[in-house]
Amino acid sequence: MSWSLLLLLLEAARLTILLSVVSIGGIGFLLATVVCAAMLSKNRLARGAGRLFVSFFRGTPLLVQLLLIYYLLPAAGLDVPSEVAAIAGMSLCTAAYQAEIMRGGFAGVPAGLVEAAEMAGMSRFATFRRIRLPIAFKLTLPALINEWIMMLKSSSLVSVVGVVELTRMAQDLAASTYRPLELYAAAGAIYLAINVVVALLGRGLEARLSWGRA
Amino acid sequence: MSFDLGLILASLPDIARGLGMTVLIWAVCAALGLALGFLVAVARRSGGRVVNWLLFVPVEVIRGTPFLVQVFLLYYGGPFIGLSLEAVPAGVLALSIYAAAYYSELWRAGFAAIPKGHLEAADCVGMSPVQTMTRIILPEMTTLILPAMVNMTILMLKETAILSIISVPELTLTVSALGTQNYAFVESFTVLALLYWALVELCGAAGRAAEARLAKYRFA
Repeated sequence: MSWSLLLLLLEAARLTILLSVVSIGGIGFLLATVVCAAMLSKNRLARGAGRLFVSFFRGTPLLVQLLLIYYLLPAAGLDVPSEVAAIAGMSLCTAAYQAEIMRGGFAGVPAGLVEAAEMAGMSRFATFRRIRLPIAFKLTLPALINEWIMMLKSSSLVSVVGVVELTRMAQDLAASTYRPLELYAAAGAIYLAINVVVALLGRGLEARLSWGRA
Repeated sequence: MSFDLGLILASLPDIARGLGMTVLIWAVCAALGLALGFLVAVARRSGGRVVNWLLFVPVEVIRGTPFLVQVFLLYYGGPFIGLSLEAVPAGVLALSIYAAAYYSELWRAGFAAIPKGHLEAADCVGMSPVQTMTRIILPEMTTLILPAMVNMTILMLKETAILSIISVPELTLTVSALGTQNYAFVESFTVLALLYWALVELCGAAGRAAEARLAKYRFA
């Protein structure tokens, strides 16, 4: 495969990374904290809404969510570029998965530690900030990294709504050069490389957080 | 924005056919993936270091690349190496291999969770490797890996939607074609999402019921 084709793929991979960082690490993560807070809240309505959100976005294929958003927004009178629809779809979907992971993490904080913090006279906020949050973070980190990798792979689906990221670029080039074998293999290799980097970064982070096993 | 329920009702037979295709592909790929994944896990466990490494690479490559790219590679790239497949067999093959990579890791986790003492005990009473597998290892690990297996199987149901991109006539393709033909995107994609949601919730409930039934066999 020629250098110019590879450069085009790498250029498109930049958009894949950008889309993933914005929607998985940025909007999706923030939305997940809100949804997780709703699921853990004492308000029944908020809890129900959080559960419904998680159930729906984990219960339907991302492809269907993307199509739904892509065609629903114009029907509702909102004309958005396909990149925005892609970011919205990815963010909503990953938020549901990350919220469920976070909920599991908070559920895994030993009750005795929280009781001890109360006994020591820590306020609810201090207990959250110094006990529950750090432990939950540590417990959920491997699952979160796993989810980020899964979602990064799923970002290939936004090619369907017309975003020219890595997969779509490979598709276009395969169609014009008539060499699908090399192009899809190269695209796969780039995804693999990105995921290996994410996994290694994650493992480094986990190792740095090896303090105080709970 | 209006919702034309009549259109959906009129196309119920088509939707049912698509749904049937999705469930069929899902069941076949889950069965093939489970079996192939089991073989990979056994080979990696007892085939020595070379076999283990030879299988490690494809498993990690499959787990590290998007399913869509794998499907494209097989469907569009296959003919260049003499592997010309129709959409349905290509989709089934791709999804089965994809699932096998993930299932093999779950099987491996199951093998690793069996206490060594149980294997030694089976050895001591003279059980053959096959007997140890069917009477000790498999029953013990089923309860351990069942939740993860159910999870993975549900994930596969959602992956079948991706096969619509290479025009496998399953649920997503059928219903979105309905939307395109009648310019009824809102209706079709809403119904599509609701159908998948119902199917996934149903499968999750079945999995939880199975876990509850098998909970009494849990040894640890």
